[in-house]
Amino acid sequence: MGLTTKGGERVGAHRPRLAEGGSTSTAALIGKIALLGAINALAVYGLLTAFAVGDWGIFGFVAIATVVADYVYFSKRVEAGKYLVPGLLFLLVFQVYIVVHTAAAAFTNVGDGHNLEKPRALEHILAVSEKRVPDSPLYKVAVVTGSDGTLELLATDPAGQVTVGGEPVTEGITRDSSGKATAVEGYRTLELRDLTTRQEEVLDLRVPLGAQGALRTQDGVTGFLARPTLRHDPAADTLTDVESGKVYTASHSGYYEAADGSTLTPGWTENVGFDNFARVLTDTRLRGPFVSVFIWTFVFAALSVLFNFAIGLLLALALNKTGMKGRNLYRSLLVLPYAVPSFLSALVWTGMLNQTFGFVNQTLLGGADVPWLNDPWLAKGSVLLVNLWLGFPYMFLICTGALQAIPAELNEAAKIDGASAWQHFRRVTLPLLLVSTAPLLVAAFAFNFNNFTVIYFVTGGGPNLPEAPITLGSTDLLISMVYKIAFGGAGREWGFASAMSAMIFVIVAGISAFGLRRTRSLEETYS
Amino acid sequence: MRRWLADTGWRHLVGFFMLAFALFPLVFVISASLNPRGTLTASATLFDGASLDNYLKLFTSPTLPYTRWFANTMIIAGATAVLTVLLAASAAYAFSRFRFRGRRLGLLGLLLVQMFPQVLGAVAIFLLMARIKGVFPGIGLGTQWGLVMVYLGGAMGVNTFLIKGFFDSIPRELDDAAKVDGASHARVFFTIILRLGAPVLAVIGLLAFINTVNEFLVASVILQSPSEHTLAVGLYTLISERLSANWGVFAAGALIGAIPSVLLFRFLQRYIVSGLLRGSVKG
Repeated sequence: MGLTTKGGERVGAHRPRLAEGGSTSTAALIGKIALLGAINALAVYGLLTAFAVGDWGIFGFVAIATVVADYVYFSKRVEAGKYLVPGLLFLLVFQVYIVVHTAAAAFTNVGDGHNLEKPRALEHILAVSEKRVPDSPLYKVAVVTGSDGTLELLATDPAGQVTVGGEPVTEGITRDSSGKATAVEGYRTLELRDLTTRQEEVLDLRVPLGAQGALRTQDGVTGFLARPTLRHDPAADTLTDVESGKVYTASHSGYYEAADGSTLTPGWTENVGFDNFARVLTDTRLRGPFVSVFIWTFVFAALSVLFNFAIGLLLALALNKTGMKGRNLYRSLLVLPYAVPSFLSALVWTGMLNQTFGFVNQTLLGGADVPWLNDPWLAKGSVLLVNLWLGFPYMFLICTGALQAIPAELNEAAKIDGASAWQHFRRVTLPLLLVSTAPLLVAAFAFNFNNFTVIYFVTGGGPNLPEAPITLGSTDLLISMVYKIAFGGAGREWGFASAMSAMIFVIVAGISAFGLRRTRSLEETYS
Repeated sequence: MRRWLADTGWRHLVGFFMLAFALFPLVFVISASLNPRGTLTASATLFDGASLDNYLKLFTSPTLPYTRWFANTMIIAGATAVLTVLLAASAAYAFSRFRFRGRRLGLLGLLLVQMFPQVLGAVAIFLLMARIKGVFPGIGLGTQWGLVMVYLGGAMGVNTFLIKGFFDSIPRELDDAAKVDGASHARVFFTIILRLGAPVLAVIGLLAFINTVNEFLVASVILQSPSEHTLAVGLYTLISERLSANWGVFAAGALIGAIPSVLLFRFLQRYIVSGLLRGSVKG
């Protein structure tokens, strides 16, 4: 309440200036037009580039966003829009689009080995299978770069005809004594040194020569005619190895697969429906670790809120006495852990809890050998302890604020009625405190449910569970598990990770909705 | 004496105990940063010698672009904090003071999408930024502005909510009075609402700053070369490579890196409690 009255006086002081507002609005109009002009110029640039690189998604978005922005800021009818549009644009692109994109990926097998669309994967498989056509003529080649930096083959066929990237050229050619074209106008010839550094690209170079096959090179000096050793049958969607006769059929797992189970790489992105969601429950090796991570995530979030709130409240009660000596000093020092960036604190704790060199074992415990971060149960305790250190000052601040907001009459009344200290706390202080802090406690639960920082920096999720098929540890939360599936070392599975993300999202949203509804009923009961 | 114990003594006991718990890691870091040998093992002994070697290494070692990391972090976090406050306050003003079609749905949508943490969308963010780079290289993958934009998108939801809660508690009669005096809605926003909302705006700005300084995953996905790194990414790489050997330098870097957040916090602390409690209850 204090804020409002204070503010009311301030506004009163500004009144005279408000009335003389006429002249500034012309300046504001000019500023507005200049800003919108700049934005439109930028948009036109974006449209041209998007058109040039053929990105129709961005083209469409920029076009629509610009039209909407121009309409909103020049029209007098959509006043609310003027305040909504800038934030909404960022929200749409970097939050809504990300959510939708992730949700869409949850129904596919996209990930390592399945990143390409099917036609591109087929193209790739065929190119990789290409071998030199036996007894075909050899070409003399040089590798050149065009103005845009892409590599091309400058080839001289046995008859002396010269082509660049398959297109015949007749003018501007420099030949050496053997008649080989070594340079051509408009292109730069690669030195041997460049050839070695760009070896991969040179090996991937291919100049399609129609039905004959393609021109390729192994060394950047001689070229040969190459043809795929696999033949694609579009009707049956099979690939047949022309040498061995082995048949690979397109399968629903996103691979060309032979009868003996061998597959051709790369695979492609395939729709798998609800397989990713079902997998955590049907894959017997995954189910156990998943269930334990799932339970631990709830336990971690709940215990974190409980411990932090209990300690924060205890401190707030202890320091809530007017005239207590050193109260301000306590307060300003106690909130330090909250002010220090938590990734730094978490890393410091990792060092302190190190089993062999850490400060806790070496100095505090006089050379003990406690496996703080390496024993499954101790590691769970350790992350809770670190999280307590990081989080109790926040709860302390909130509880202090809420305690001071409790009307003094209530405390007086309790005293007059002869309530004991415990009764006073249990019947008056705690219920009132919960009313005002409950929404924040729900938020704190949701935050800790996804508390990636503490887990990732303190234990990295470890110590590892031995039986899990993917690297999972006993302190992993769902969110760090998703991180490991999406970014972990071998076999990154983005589709699967996305399905897990979607599940976490639903859980957190559900809990928050439920929690907020409960806190509202709490408010009605007590206020 | 017994009365004092029951009345005040226990308060000091609790306070002192928690103070020790809160401060001992900080004492340890200060000691480690001054340790001349600079290893984790050597740091286990508190204040075993004092030298500024670790600090000197931070600013002179050619393989350790600490000054760049620090500057990057300040620029990114500062820009994110200021722009977040501006964007979220505008949106909150619209939701608090205007009545338009889709308002309730918009509020509900905001509440919902903000529950999707960006960590979960990191792969999608990477792909999107790579795509943006093709059209707008200045704000795409590998740029600091790109990173700021990602943060802005992620911070809109929850902050709009907190600020709207606060704006709702500013009496509408003030707006109406100003409008009678001929003020436009823009004028009301900038001269009345933003000023009266200062406490909550300070809190949101502070939290956005601290959260950005803390953010690791998205930053490590988007910023790619070591000189572009933020403190979180840089310092983590430093000790994940060689935990023990780099400990002293890390401690020194951590202490300096924590200073801006701690100072900002000290200045804005008094707003935090009132801002949070008032904003959330009215949500």
